Amino acid sequence: MRDFSYVRANSLDAARQAAALPGAMLLAGGTTLIDLAKCGVAEPETLVDIAHLKGLDRIEVNERGATIGALARMSHVADHADIKSRFPAVSEALWQAASAQIRNMATIGGNLMQRTRCPYFRDPANFPACNKRQPGSGCSAIGGVTRGHAVLGISDACIAMYPGDLAVALVAFDAIVHLGERHIPVDDFFLLPGTTPDREHAIEPGEMITGIEIPGSASARRSTYLKIRDRQSYEFAAASAAVGIEFEPDGRTIRDLRVALGGVATKPWRARAVENALKGKVLEPDTVRAASLLAVEGSVDHGANHYKVELAPRVVARAIRKLGETA
Amino acid sequence: MTKTTIPVHLDINGRDHDLQLEPRVTLLDALRDRLGLTGTKKGCDHGQCGACTVHIDGERVLACLTLAAQVEGRTVTTIEGLAREGEMHPVQAAFLEQDAFQCGYCTPGQIMSAVACIREGHAGSDEEIREYMAGNLCRCGAYPHIVAAVRQAALEAAS
Amino acid sequence: MTLELSLNQQPAHARQGSSIGQPLTRRDGFLKVTGAARYAADNHPPGMLYAVLAVSSIARGRVAALDVEAAKAHKGVVEVMTPKNRPALAADPDAKDHPFMFRLDLLQNDQVRYPNQSIAVVIAETLEAATEGAALLSPRYEVMPARVGLDGAESIVPRAVGVGGPAVQHKGDVEAGLKSAKTRIEATYETPAQYHNAMEPHAIVVAWEGDTLSIDTPSQGLAMAQGRIAGLFGIAPENIHIRSPFLGGGFGSKGMISGPQVLGILAARLVGRPVKLVLRREQMYGPVGHRAPTRQTLRMGMDGEGRLTALDHHAKTASSTFDDFFEPAADASHTLYASPAIATSHDAVRLDTGTPLFMRAPGEATGSIALESAIDEAAYACGMDPLEFRLRNYAEVEPMTGKPFSSKALRECYRQAAETFGWASRPIQPRLMRDADGFLTGWGMGTATFPAIMFQAEARAVLRADGSGVMETGAQDMGQGAWTAFAQIAADGLGLDIDQVDFRAGSSDLPNAGIAGGSGHTATAGMAIHNAGAAVIARLADLATGDEGSPLYGAGNEGVLARGGRLYRRDDESRGESYAEILTRAGLTEIEGHGKGAPDPASQEAYAKHAHGAVFAEVKVDPDFGQIRVTRLVGAFAAGRVINPRLVRSQYYGGMIWGVSFALHEEAITDRRSGRIQNANLAEYHVPVNADVPSIEALLVHEDDPHVNALGIKGVGEIGITGTAGAVANAVWHATGVRPRRFPVRIEDLLG
Repeated sequence: MRDFSYVRANSLDAARQAAALPGAMLLAGGTTLIDLAKCGVAEPETLVDIAHLKGLDRIEVNERGATIGALARMSHVADHADIKSRFPAVSEALWQAASAQIRNMATIGGNLMQRTRCPYFRDPANFPACNKRQPGSGCSAIGGVTRGHAVLGISDACIAMYPGDLAVALVAFDAIVHLGERHIPVDDFFLLPGTTPDREHAIEPGEMITGIEIPGSASARRSTYLKIRDRQSYEFAAASAAVGIEFEPDGRTIRDLRVALGGVATKPWRARAVENALKGKVLEPDTVRAASLLAVEGSVDHGANHYKVELAPRVVARAIRKLGETA
Repeated sequence: MTKTTIPVHLDINGRDHDLQLEPRVTLLDALRDRLGLTGTKKGCDHGQCGACTVHIDGERVLACLTLAAQVEGRTVTTIEGLAREGEMHPVQAAFLEQDAFQCGYCTPGQIMSAVACIREGHAGSDEEIREYMAGNLCRCGAYPHIVAAVRQAALEAAS
Repeated sequence: MTLELSLNQQPAHARQGSSIGQPLTRRDGFLKVTGAARYAADNHPPGMLYAVLAVSSIARGRVAALDVEAAKAHKGVVEVMTPKNRPALAADPDAKDHPFMFRLDLLQNDQVRYPNQSIAVVIAETLEAATEGAALLSPRYEVMPARVGLDGAESIVPRAVGVGGPAVQHKGDVEAGLKSAKTRIEATYETPAQYHNAMEPHAIVVAWEGDTLSIDTPSQGLAMAQGRIAGLFGIAPENIHIRSPFLGGGFGSKGMISGPQVLGILAARLVGRPVKLVLRREQMYGPVGHRAPTRQTLRMGMDGEGRLTALDHHAKTASSTFDDFFEPAADASHTLYASPAIATSHDAVRLDTGTPLFMRAPGEATGSIALESAIDEAAYACGMDPLEFRLRNYAEVEPMTGKPFSSKALRECYRQAAETFGWASRPIQPRLMRDADGFLTGWGMGTATFPAIMFQAEARAVLRADGSGVMETGAQDMGQGAWTAFAQIAADGLGLDIDQVDFRAGSSDLPNAGIAGGSGHTATAGMAIHNAGAAVIARLADLATGDEGSPLYGAGNEGVLARGGRLYRRDDESRGESYAEILTRAGLTEIEGHGKGAPDPASQEAYAKHAHGAVFAEVKVDPDFGQIRVTRLVGAFAAGRVINPRLVRSQYYGGMIWGVSFALHEEAITDRRSGRIQNANLAEYHVPVNADVPSIEALLVHEDDPHVNALGIKGVGEIGITGTAGAVANAVWHATGVRPRRFPVRIEDLLG
């Protein structure tokens, strides 16, 4: 790690001001930032520690939804009784992420800022070409080892996968990211790589995530997060799906459906085509299977990651079916 | 370019330590290199193995991804702080009894993780123990005995 | 070194008589559970500096430039060691005097021959400064194209495979056997490069005092390490003191002293201060060995009763461009299944990788997964149950040599494991079993085997006038339980309670205990301990039986028994006296005896010596996702005398988990353009986590072997991988109908 200065922010304003200085970065749980600093990817001049800021770790859940402070830690949100009952997919996405230790460290705000596991991105000493790190330098992943790379939302400049779990559930349930006064839908918070893969989030200099808000809904209440991976645990998704469902009073006809994918795209991937195809339909295995294929519409693979194109729709279909069975 | 060192006050295993450190020094390296608390191990230095698991304010975390400066004002417990008055912690005793280790290198991290796992209430079944102990790699393959040790200690704690 | 046993150490289990066979808890256990066990990198001599390697990012070429000035300008950096200022060595690191001397990269020039090769060492006041200094070297290279993969270079036939074995062997006429067969199968399997990944990275703490060296470093072979360092530096071995009381895992990668460890010694010499050098995890993917990839083709012919008429096993593997280690995978077919015609052969390519090395069951593990898969295919082709097929082809003598086995309780292993597992209800056809949740369920089996090897070892025993004993041998504990098992053998050898024995090990100033490898450490050093105990007891008996004042006077050497710190007349156990009484009356403070452990050449010639086992696996496969979960493993193993069943069970579990890992998890993935390993870390190079490991049972099958050695010990460290990997692969087939031909089996292989 290169040397850096360390300051503790004692107020939100102080944090914002310090973070706006050149070379400054916000430090919360540190699970991404310290790791990337050791890789030589993050090279901060100053770390602004915000972990001690008061009042930013609250978790409030009521009829209207959940409000979660940016500094609430993953494990606390995962184990929160009202999150478990009203937003099971959020709890499940959290406890299936990383390890118990990392979940105790990592904050919700930091989790949204988690960066890709692309091995070329993480290895600047050996792969100087990376458009995400160094705009215009090229992409080392294309033509390389791509088993873990994205098949959706990619561009010629970048195929790095978004590795997180929580944001997949948040995207499914139209969560809002609070950047102080400015509030933006989480789906808009994450940017597609396009020609500017270095820009991953719709966050401006001087802004800071202060919390998230998840609207309550019947589909959020009946939801699940299904994560498929090589290892049984402590592993990023090969493919995952956050799904929520609401039935008409007949208990069979789908009134509302939310589907988002993880492990397959350059950002948390809302699969509206699947939702639209099934809304108003009766839940039948064949219908679900056919509609789930729409989840990977427009996918482009690089050979070794082709299996994700096969796998993702099956994960979606299983998650929907599972929720239907609990009717 | 070089930044100056800063004073860092640490509360570790109930003892106070005053250090002068570069901000980039991790808690793991501060423990091992500055304080001689070498029970906490470095296996990967990137949060991928769990060998450096310690408790901060009673919760299990990874010392390799924590800056020493970050834990000022918090309490740190390491493997050296687990035994009380020379008596092994019940989890330590269970690991010994169940042969829940071989080379012993991951063991301090496993034990710190296990103590927290039981305290969190995540030791209710073998399946839950396996999942909530998954952040601690053991290359020797002591997992079945680790599960047995956690189960034993959890039952003792409950009774 | 003496284990500093704490007062809090729980007393050894109550018992009478023999320590051998008792399930004692680990004598080093208290130190390990309290964090007090001191591993190499935990040492910190006064004035110590930190050394960090800079390693090559390219696979092949030369280092054109290093920014030494930038590194040196970083605060805290003391020195940068490069080929220009590296202290002189007394021997060429590229010299190879014998097959066990591996070539080392010690900054002898600017050439790069594999990724992660050491190209400089930065030495600094702090670890942080040394680490950043290494990054600041920003090397520039002249790059040559990397040779990658089993088709990446021209094939050669190695002069030898494994430890000097012939690359090509045969008996009988395989082609004729295949021709006469009623049923034939041919199948090819690929296994990937794997890395040992001991949890403890290689580390060394070095202090020079004049021309003597004080070293803390993990070593599976202290005397060999001492000899190698002595040769490289031109100093006497006895001037090198290496301490290795605990290894944080070895698995073969700490068998030979590695280049980075020697660079630590050089760095200390350069700066004239003690130095600590610890590999970063990613730096363990190159200079400290690995298991080479293989591509294996098996051909088998069977007659109408399912008897093998021919077995042909070919393995292609890889070594580095500059040194020789060839994974002897095909040799797995020499010892297990009876066939009138057997042929094994190897060829290889030379790639721009670090030199492969011994990795837990080298050759046996890779060969076993292919052989056991092929046997499963052959059984199915004959319409037979895989266990019945194996019994039909049971080898009563070693198939390749015709030698009788020194002992072989494999039938009993099959029987006990099959019964415990419930194998009898298995349908022969695949894809017929589902569990309540709809998972495809499959059962598979494999035969486990590993040779009973012995090396050379020595031990020194002392009996003291206070009635206590000392046993010394430079044994190495990498987790197998040497501190405990050897203390048990020592206690019995000395006729003392284990708590009366001061067992010393883990240090190069003790008698040479040989190598902790080849599953032969317990047998070899155990025999040295046993013989040293016998020697000192014989001296004691001499004293007593020749002393008119002793109740044992005149009993003769053969006429006394040693037990519980006393000698007794064999013909009248009411007559005896304590060791202390004998020594005190003789006016001696202590007496000593020496013993050796080594294979017996006559029995080596006469017998084939192997441990055996049977492993049964159950897997569940999600029919939609191809996700595989091993849900049950039952193994039964017969490996001669068991010194400590608690520790032996742990060894079997560990080996079986490595088998699961081989079948389903481990693989180093190389970027073909650069030759770099893209998952050189513990997040993406998968070893199983706790949640991947099912309920495991390891049955210890009784086996007396009068031929392997006087103690009847074979070895238990590696056998568990063999058999298990194949059993898991065969269970995957049985669940899905898809035959795994490439390991590890991945989701995409089963998506259908």
